[in-house]
Amino acid sequence: MRWLLILSLAAFSLAACEREDREYRSNPVTAETNEKIALSPLSAGPGSPSEQRSGLGQQYEENAYHISQGQRLYTWFNCNGCHANGGGDSGPALMDDRWIYGGQIENIVQTIREGRPNGMPSFRGKIPDDQIWQIAAYIRSMGRNVPKPAAPSRRDDMSSVPAEQRRPPGEVIDGGQIPPSAQMPQ
Amino acid sequence: MRRVGPFALFAALPLGGCQGWQSALDAHGPSARSLADMFWIFVAVLATVWVLTMITLLLALRRRRPADTDPLATDPQTERRMTITISVAIGLTLVTVVSLTGLSYAAQKVLFAHKGGALTLLVTGQQWWWEVTYEDPQPNRVFTTANEIHIPVGEPVLIKLESSDVIHSFWVPSLTGKMDAITGRQNLIQIQADRPGVYRGQCAEYCGLQHAHMGLLVIAESKEDFERWREHQISSAIPPNDDERQRGMEILLSKPCVMCHQIRGTDAGGKVAPDLTHVGSRRYIGAGTLETTRGNIAAWIVDPHGIKPGVNMPTIQLEPDEVQPLATYLEGLK
Repeated sequence: MRWLLILSLAAFSLAACEREDREYRSNPVTAETNEKIALSPLSAGPGSPSEQRSGLGQQYEENAYHISQGQRLYTWFNCNGCHANGGGDSGPALMDDRWIYGGQIENIVQTIREGRPNGMPSFRGKIPDDQIWQIAAYIRSMGRNVPKPAAPSRRDDMSSVPAEQRRPPGEVIDGGQIPPSAQMPQ
Repeated sequence: MRRVGPFALFAALPLGGCQGWQSALDAHGPSARSLADMFWIFVAVLATVWVLTMITLLLALRRRRPADTDPLATDPQTERRMTITISVAIGLTLVTVVSLTGLSYAAQKVLFAHKGGALTLLVTGQQWWWEVTYEDPQPNRVFTTANEIHIPVGEPVLIKLESSDVIHSFWVPSLTGKMDAITGRQNLIQIQADRPGVYRGQCAEYCGLQHAHMGLLVIAESKEDFERWREHQISSAIPPNDDERQRGMEILLSKPCVMCHQIRGTDAGGKVAPDLTHVGSRRYIGAGTLETTRGNIAAWIVDPHGIKPGVNMPTIQLEPDEVQPLATYLEGLK
């Protein structure tokens, strides 16, 4: 009887064996994911604009592997050239709660893929779709809009701010202003 | 004998691993030789000690002592003999330990002495490949390649080791001992090959998923061959000479390849993945994973994660008829 108890308790530890799924191989058939998202709550006719999300965004922003790959790609593809380490430079800040073109992961994916006026280039065809999602997931982690266990706990180089995991959970406020430094000279 | 025979044969199997292009016991450089010598001295001394201990133990076990009537009674003659035996044993142990330590220290002095040769390389460990930069006082003669190091035979070559992500370890067993590549730090190691040949190296510090597929080749060749190779590597990529290669280059330049890879002489200028300027001249792709053939290049582009799961090379969007020209172009970058 005692042995049975010990054995069943030991079997509980097996529950810890399940690891986060890492998807290395993206689906090469689909060219790019197509999410229907609204930039503004206003639309013609009755009701709010119709949206359609595949749920892929959640898979990416709750996965520590995808977020850390995004962190690596963020510097590789020189995002920090304009956005610095999220604090913003000639491009808008990414770690605050203001989102000019929407702060959901689907909005960020679209911003990276399509580009935005006044400087943000389009990366369509230059960055594979799954990597765009990874970068967007990492950008979501800057304002800590991702679950704490999934956010990066350290960065490879010196940083003046705490790691993403140690930041307080953020919120997303749609709309915002383009910083004067990013505006076209008048 | 019948039972020992097959067992001994089986035990002798690993001996086959002592030869070859990646073996510390097949030394072809001064520092590797000093390590191999030290290894054999240690084996000889420690084997002797072990055999002597075992003989003594067996003798002691076989010799039966008559049951003592009084265990506390001592015989002065036996006492003296035992004292001498034990003192000699302790003395010998001390001498062995001290001399082996001294020997090891002396060998390390040889191993880590770097005089600095005519050639200095900067080798950066990356997940999971090696970036190799040939330094030169003239900036236009500096060039970068990956996973394949050519050195002139018989000359000491200084290697500066760095890492861009996690700790790696540079190890070419036939030429030298291990040296770690650590982020934010530069370690130095010197290699020298006494004989022309191809020596394989391997990352020797677990560095993530594809640690086992992080190999490199050191190719030692005559001074003239080396200089010819170096001049060729400094030059820009060969322009495509037929329609298929031309199409391959156009495909490459319009795809995400250019975000990470560099091909000098074209618009591809990414610097985070292996330099492809002369990728066709290297013997392997994927850090020692596949031989450089057109078929392997195509397989690698179409499905990198089937070959090296977790590698940072992404699967990209390609039409079926784009694979062939792309692979032909890359294979032709000799």
